[in-house]
Order: sequence, then C-alpha cells, then structure tokens
Amino acid sequence: MSRRTIWSMLSLVVVLALLLVACKPTPTPTPTKKQLEIFSWWTTGGEAAGLLKLFELYNQKFPDVEIINATVAGGAGFEAKPALKARMLGGDPPDSFQVHMGRELIDTWVTTGYMDPLDDLYKQEGWETVFPKGVLEIVSYDGHYWSVPVNIHRANVLWYNKKVFEANGWKPPATFDEFFALAEQMKAKGITPLALGDVGIWASTHLFEVILAGTMGPEKYKGLWTGQTDWNGPEVKQALETMAKMLEYANPDHSALSWDQANDLVIQGKAGMTIMGDWVDADNLAKGFADSGWASPPGTKGIFIALSDTFGLPKGAPHREQAIEWLRICGSKAGQEAFNPVKGSICARSDCDPNLFGPYLKTAMQDWAKDAIVPSLAHGAAASEAWVTKINDVMTAFVTDKDVAKAQAGLAQACKDAGVCK
Amino acid sequence: MRRISWDRIISVLLILPSILAVAVFVYGFIAWSGWVSLSNWDGLRPDLSWAGFVNYAKLFATPRFQIDLRNTIVFTVLFLGACIVLGLGVAILLDQGIRGENFFRSLFLFPMAISFIVTGVTWRWILAPGDPATGRLTGINVLLNAVGLPLSQWYTDPTVIHIQPTGAVGQFLHRIGLGVLTTPNFGLPVAMISIVIAATWQMSGYVMAMYLAGLRGIPEELREAARVDGASEWEVYRHIVFPLLRPVTLSVVIVLGHISLKIFDLVAAMSKKGPGFATDVPAYFMFETTFQGDHYSQGASIAIFLLVTVSLLVVPYLVYSTRREAEL
Repeated sequence: MSRRTIWSMLSLVVVLALLLVACKPTPTPTPTKKQLEIFSWWTTGGEAAGLLKLFELYNQKFPDVEIINATVAGGAGFEAKPALKARMLGGDPPDSFQVHMGRELIDTWVTTGYMDPLDDLYKQEGWETVFPKGVLEIVSYDGHYWSVPVNIHRANVLWYNKKVFEANGWKPPATFDEFFALAEQMKAKGITPLALGDVGIWASTHLFEVILAGTMGPEKYKGLWTGQTDWNGPEVKQALETMAKMLEYANPDHSALSWDQANDLVIQGKAGMTIMGDWVDADNLAKGFADSGWASPPGTKGIFIALSDTFGLPKGAPHREQAIEWLRICGSKAGQEAFNPVKGSICARSDCDPNLFGPYLKTAMQDWAKDAIVPSLAHGAAASEAWVTKINDVMTAFVTDKDVAKAQAGLAQACKDAGVCK
Repeated sequence: MRRISWDRIISVLLILPSILAVAVFVYGFIAWSGWVSLSNWDGLRPDLSWAGFVNYAKLFATPRFQIDLRNTIVFTVLFLGACIVLGLGVAILLDQGIRGENFFRSLFLFPMAISFIVTGVTWRWILAPGDPATGRLTGINVLLNAVGLPLSQWYTDPTVIHIQPTGAVGQFLHRIGLGVLTTPNFGLPVAMISIVIAATWQMSGYVMAMYLAGLRGIPEELREAARVDGASEWEVYRHIVFPLLRPVTLSVVIVLGHISLKIFDLVAAMSKKGPGFATDVPAYFMFETTFQGDHYSQGASIAIFLLVTVSLLVVPYLVYSTRREAEL
C-alpha cells in the first residue's frame, strides 16, 4: 500500500470512531440517583424563590431525588411554551410542567392526548373538598382532573401610588367616567395617567380583558368564550372605544417597556395608575415600595378575573413515580402555604392560613371567597392558545391604529377561526 | 475490467457520513416542511392529510403577512444600501494608507463577532425613547435633547410614511387604477429604521472588509496608467475602481440579502412585532404562529416561502459562479 492509502485509511478510522462516539446514546441517569425534572418559566424574584421552596419541601421528604430545574425565562411563558411544545412533540416530555389553568391546559394538552388524568391523586388527597368548586370545574375535562393548581392570581387590579393620590386628594376611579375625569386631572399635573408596558403584547390584551369585563359584567364576559355573547355586539364595540380612549392617556413609549417597567413609572410617581395582574404586588415588595394602593379597575368591583399556574402529568414522563409525589406536594397545604406568600399569589386551596400573607393578598383572599370568578383571556384560562394568539394580533394593530370597526371584525373572525362562533 | 482503486472506495466512504447527514437533516427536513405546508396540520396533533395550496392562499390574504412582506422589502433595501455606502466609504478611506490601519480595520470589524441578540438588546436600550411629553427621557434621546436636536420615538414610532391618497400623486395613481399604492402596505414604517441602524452597525464592518480586499486586488499599475492618461482622482474611481469592484458588490448583495430575508433574532431581541406590526418580519410571524398559535401548516408555508425567496437570490449566483469557474 502506498503511503497515501495508509493516510486515507487512518482518517477513515478516525471518522468512523468519531461517528461511533456521536451515535453513542446520551448517558442515561444512573439508576442509584433518582431524578425529577420540573419545567417552568419561573426564573425571577418571588416566583423563582417560591419554586425553590417547593423543591426544598420535596427534598425534605425525598432527599435521594435530584431535582432538575428546567426553566425558560420570559414573561407569561411566551418563550417557555414554544420550547415545551418542541420537547413534547419530540417525545421528550419533562416529568411535570407549569401550565395555565383552563383552555390553555385543556385545548393544548388534554384534548390532544398528551396528559394522564389525576383522578386517583385527587381522591387520595381529598382535593375534591379543599379546592373551590369553580377551580375543580376549570381543571377538569371529560369527567377527569388533569392538573394540580398551585396558586391563584387576579388579573383585574388597578395599582396606584398612595402618596401621589393623597397629595392631590384623588380617589381610585370606580367607573370609566371617573377614570377619564381623573386622567384629565393627572394630565394637567404633568403625570402620565396610565402606565402601560406592552413590549409583550399580552399586556394590551390583558388591559382589554379587564375593560371587557368592566363593560359587560361577569355573565356576558363568560359568554364571550362559549359563543353566547356576540363579538359583533354593542358591548364589545363600547369596550374597544373605551380602550382606544384609555390608550390616549397611556405613556407613548409603551411598546418599549415591559409591565414591570411600567410599574416603575407608578413607583416613581411619574405615572398615576397601571392596570395589571396582582404579580405587581410581589414586584412592589421586591423593590421596597410600601406606598402601593390597589383597587378594582372601573366596572369590575365584585368580579375576580382569575388565572392559575398548575402542574400536570405528561404521558411518558421519565420519572413518573417522582412526578406524582411532586404533584402531591404542589397540592398540599404545606406546599401552597410555602409557595404562595413568596410568589405573591393566593392559595388555590381554601384552607390556607391568611396570617401568612401580606396586606394585599389578604384582601385578595377575601374577594376570592365572595366575588364572581371569571377566567382570564390573556393568561390562557378563557380561550385556547390559537385563539389568544389571533386576539393578540388584533390588539397589536389596534393599539396603533385604534380602528374600532376593524378590530371588532378581527375579534369576531378570531372567534370563528377558533371554532367557537358560527 | 478495471479494478476500482482503494483510494476511490475510501474517498467515497469518507464523504458518505456527511452526505447522509446533509440528506437527512437538511434536505429531508426541507421536504418534510414542504409536506407540512400542504397539509391540514392546525393544532398540536400532527394531521398530515392533504390540503393543497390553500395554506399559501390564506397566508397571502393575511393582513399581518402582507405587512411583513412590506417590512422585508423596506428592511432589505435600506439595510443593503446603508451597508454598501458605509462599508465602501470606510474601505476607501482605510485604503489611503493611513497610520493605524490595522487598528481601525479591527475596530470596524468587531461588531460582526457579536450575536444579533446582543446587538438587539443593546440597541433596544440605546434607542429606548422615554416620554418627551413629561420630560422623562431615556437612551439616545437624552443626548439628542442635550444638544438640541429633535427627538425620535425610534422603534416605538407607529408612523408609516406612504403616498397620501388625497395628494396630487395619490389622485393620479387612483385615476390610472393604481390606488393600491397609496395604502400603508406600500409605505415606509418609520420604526424599521431603528432596526436598520442596529443591523448596519453590525454588518457594515464586514462589507468594509470585503471591499478592502477588493481594493487591494486592483493593481496599482491600472490606476497609475489612468493618472498618466490625465484622469482626475474621481475619474480613476468612476472608471477603474468601481467597475472592478462589481463582483465584490455582487457577493455583498448575496450575503447581506439572505441575512435580511431570514432576519429573526435581531427583531426578536429588539422590538418584536413593533407597534402595529411596524417591525414584524416573516420569520418572527412564523415563530409565533407555529409555536404560540399551533398553526403548524401556516408556519411551514412561511418557511417554504422564505426558502424560495432566498433561493431566488442564491441559486442564480451559484450558477453564475460555477460557470465562471468552469471558464477559468
């Protein structure tokens, strides 16, 4: 053999060796070490701290299990959800993952057959009696339970700076007319009336859902998601007109800010109010802001627009046994009392001790017990993700052109495309 | 019969793994996407039943996609134009034999080494506009304000500059049946300029490097000869240098053109869809509709559309350069 041939043979051997190395299956977890992989988008502040509390509880009970914290950063999970879908479709599910209660869970994962029901767990733990009936309805489909709710958040809260309000003798507005009258006064003082941060467009959709509920009341609002309330009707038109008017009072750079940056404007006294979910409370605590005031946004007194983070059991979870124990902790009193005060949300269970919670959350617990509970649109409870994505597109155009007729036609079409309206 | 040589067999074996990998992971997945784009897959569960070209028809009727097409054209034209003018200008300046050329060359080339995500985040902060009405300014607007220049809303500006239907030109266009040209879909979204600035910052150094190499390849004798013939310095550039740089310009257009058609990361990090989709691009729409909206077949149609447009740009170039190689 010539020298050239020897060299080629050698390189061939190297290539084949590399190929063999590349094809070697990824090292499977050693059987002595048990693992549990939890997928979520809880990466910052109180939510990350709350998640770690749950991990702590888990490891107290099962010290031999290694927990893999698979998080993907990004507000409201807009970056995490695509990553999760890629894993699920690729047949590589995590052991348990965070998912919004309601249509997001049901339409994305349950009707498509990616989840295992949790009926046994609910029976063993007696959850059918400790979770409120409204919650049980939302997490069940086809007569089975599909996920364990860890917390409850409220979407409709109007946050303001108490110091600024007291100095000017202002009161939080209860009606839209009061809102606009107050906004004019704020404008005259050189204060931006409404702080909005919709770099993630969901914040605008969030504002819209609050206006929708405040305009038409809980029953008609719920009807929007079942096809009973007409998207072409006068109330939707009125809500869009109100929103267009509100946007005139919002900071012009809203598309450059995130919701927490909008809240900074309120903290600094540069803006008067912001309408955002009650995770603002945790943001205020983290930033050491003690003068925060809260009220129901116009027209939504007695309405609780709810969303909830839940954990479920995907089919084919690699560590099924550990995952079930994880869900048991998520739904337990100890788990929820450890998680929620830190995360800044209230328990999904009805038997948590109110003394563990801060002043805002105490009022939220009282409202949760007596208000009309309706599902949130922007946070996956009211409508499927496909539907929400289309509504987000309508909102992206609407916050810029404020064309009410076009937006209403787009919303009606989105309902049709979702297969809910005829 | 001639024996097939060992060398032959070994060379085929050596190249086989990469052929297989490319066949599966590139062309196989292109074919798969093409199939998905022609299917009814809408929702998380794969549904590969035949739908035909209905997805494409629906896509082109979607207002968001129409805006995306406008944005892609605006971005490509502005981005290429700015990069070529700036890159060529800097290359000519550096070619004058200035001191510290190496330093400046590296300085201008460095931004290219950064990922578009970092560029996007940084420029998002630099161009954050604040709120001039209440005097709360941020980013570069602070600087502009300090020196008394007019402020801009940058990437949050929803304005789309387009021909006004009521103006003289607009009325003329309406009369000859081209009234469609007066809609915002044929306009210039102001917010896009911010994205162009960031992209140009990153890529113009690369264009400079290519032109500088081109300039160095032009023999000094040619310029000398022209000067001896009495050409002014401008005429030397006009008649000698620029024509000889034409192949470089072609490469620049191909390389930057395919970047701009596929741009995603810069927009995702900087402004996302932007106000009223002012900075939305097809690749970002594809990401949202596929992975957030679960409209898999629609996402696949956008992917295939992007592939076809990029091939329209790249394939003629490949044919042209292969032919030239054969001639040489």
